[in-house]
Amino acid sequence: MNSYTSFKDTQIALKNGKTTCVKIVENYLKNISEKNSDINAFIEVFSDEALERAKQIDLKISEGTSSKLAGFVLGIKDNICIKDHKVSASSKILQGFTSLYSATVIERLLSEDAIIIGRLNCDEFAMGSGNENSVYGSVRNPLDMTKVPGGSSGGSAAAVVANMCLATLGSDTGGSIRQPASFCGLVGLKPTYSRVSRHGLIAYASSFDQIGPLTNTVEDTALLLEVIAGKDKMDSTSSSVQVDDYSSFIKPVKRKIAVLKDCLEREGLDVEVKQKLESTIQQLQDDGHEITYVSFPYLDFLVPTYYVLTTAEASSNLARFDGVHYGYRIENPENLEDTYIDSRTTAFGDEVKRRIMLGTFVLSAGYNDEYYKKAQQVRRIVQNKTDELLKDFDFILSPTSPHTAFEIGKKKVDPTVMYLEDIFTVHANISGNPAISIPLYTHSNGLPFGLQLLSKDFTEKDLLSFSSEIMKNFSE
Amino acid sequence: MEVNNKLIQDIAKLSKLKFEDSAANKMKEDLNKILAFVDKLNEIDTEGVAPLIYMSKEVNVLRADEITEETSQKDALKNAPQKDSDYFKVPTVLKK
Repeated sequence: MNSYTSFKDTQIALKNGKTTCVKIVENYLKNISEKNSDINAFIEVFSDEALERAKQIDLKISEGTSSKLAGFVLGIKDNICIKDHKVSASSKILQGFTSLYSATVIERLLSEDAIIIGRLNCDEFAMGSGNENSVYGSVRNPLDMTKVPGGSSGGSAAAVVANMCLATLGSDTGGSIRQPASFCGLVGLKPTYSRVSRHGLIAYASSFDQIGPLTNTVEDTALLLEVIAGKDKMDSTSSSVQVDDYSSFIKPVKRKIAVLKDCLEREGLDVEVKQKLESTIQQLQDDGHEITYVSFPYLDFLVPTYYVLTTAEASSNLARFDGVHYGYRIENPENLEDTYIDSRTTAFGDEVKRRIMLGTFVLSAGYNDEYYKKAQQVRRIVQNKTDELLKDFDFILSPTSPHTAFEIGKKKVDPTVMYLEDIFTVHANISGNPAISIPLYTHSNGLPFGLQLLSKDFTEKDLLSFSSEIMKNFSE
Repeated sequence: MEVNNKLIQDIAKLSKLKFEDSAANKMKEDLNKILAFVDKLNEIDTEGVAPLIYMSKEVNVLRADEITEETSQKDALKNAPQKDSDYFKVPTVLKK
């Protein structure tokens, strides 16, 4: 039985002949078959294919020709395309759809000999904070089955914490990697906007979306980022800034850290989350890091800005689902217009329809300036303020989420209550900065929660190095 | 901003979605809640602030205007809910 929780341990075991890629995959498959019917993280498992690939990679290892990720078994969020495999963004509208190509991140993982074991449940089109808006049903948090795993990359988080694979890829539009990482006790990174190619990621909000890893360790996140990051001719927005060797951490140095007062004073922040964060802040200070409490007066404007802009982009991006070219079509439509309307109305879930409607509204003639343009202006103000802070500080520190994982079904009544879930995470998507959630804490209710760090554009190496240092020194 | 039934139907039409009776009422309620929440943005003075439109800092990403890869007709039709050998099929557009 393997219980490797880091790639380093996996590699050591492979090197010492204690295991093989085939055995590793078999063990994960066993875990999936035992646990997945309760947890509902995987919506499809590539059993035969993963075993076959494991065999090939074992051969490569024995011949000494294997690459960087040989033995690394990953699950993939169901909004990232894998050639000749189904992909659905957990939506009925993509029922039966098979991808014609692989996302760039998938090609890069495979070219380094990673093994992909299956695709993972998520909120429909990545819209949600609890993985409760999926056509495949809710995902349960393996640490407490009455709780959500977070969202939208809920399946991606649940699969790692339940040891059904070593790591996963998720996508983060407003916190969809970091909040589930916090709820499940994992490391979750949203890279700088444009750091990772979005080619083959089913678009939700194109100026916010980023793919990133969910892992047990900072080291594994660094290694995966190193592989998936970089310029891609298939995504003209992808950055040509050189990719760092993220996995060789820089040695500890004293840092300047800004703590956002407004986050810690925020109503609704769990008392224990606040206390534990404050104690880390104190420890950091004792260790010689420079801590400054700063004001960030835009906290209450972040989620409104996020909803105006992401729904506007979503309403455009989701216009392609028309019941004609691929995916679901209503039976026996009377005419072409009904084909579009009835297919979309039947196959999109409530949350997706709500966001398409809001997005269409904020873009419509007469309201565009008042909502869409206004939010774009606020986005500029937030980005400027963030840049200004990061001139003086290396990191901005905050909680990842105001609380630990909530109960399944609890927050579905009022959409704006659910939207506030993202209050601390949306900042990085609005400004474009990289941000990480690291699993430092356990609440007295038994559930984990994370600390969030945000840094300057393209300084993932600093962010990861410092995160690793904190994990070593402060994790409970 | 108050969303009424007519506005719901107008936006639904633009969105190629349909909401009847209780679904329309629910959507109206939800949008009113969300817009009340979003109206917060009016508290910020944005006079003279240029809207932030592009998040990528890449400038003029150019490529040669050449066909480098192609989805074959067969592949393009592969996922169609209805098709014949060459085309996507849809219901009759013009009535006889």
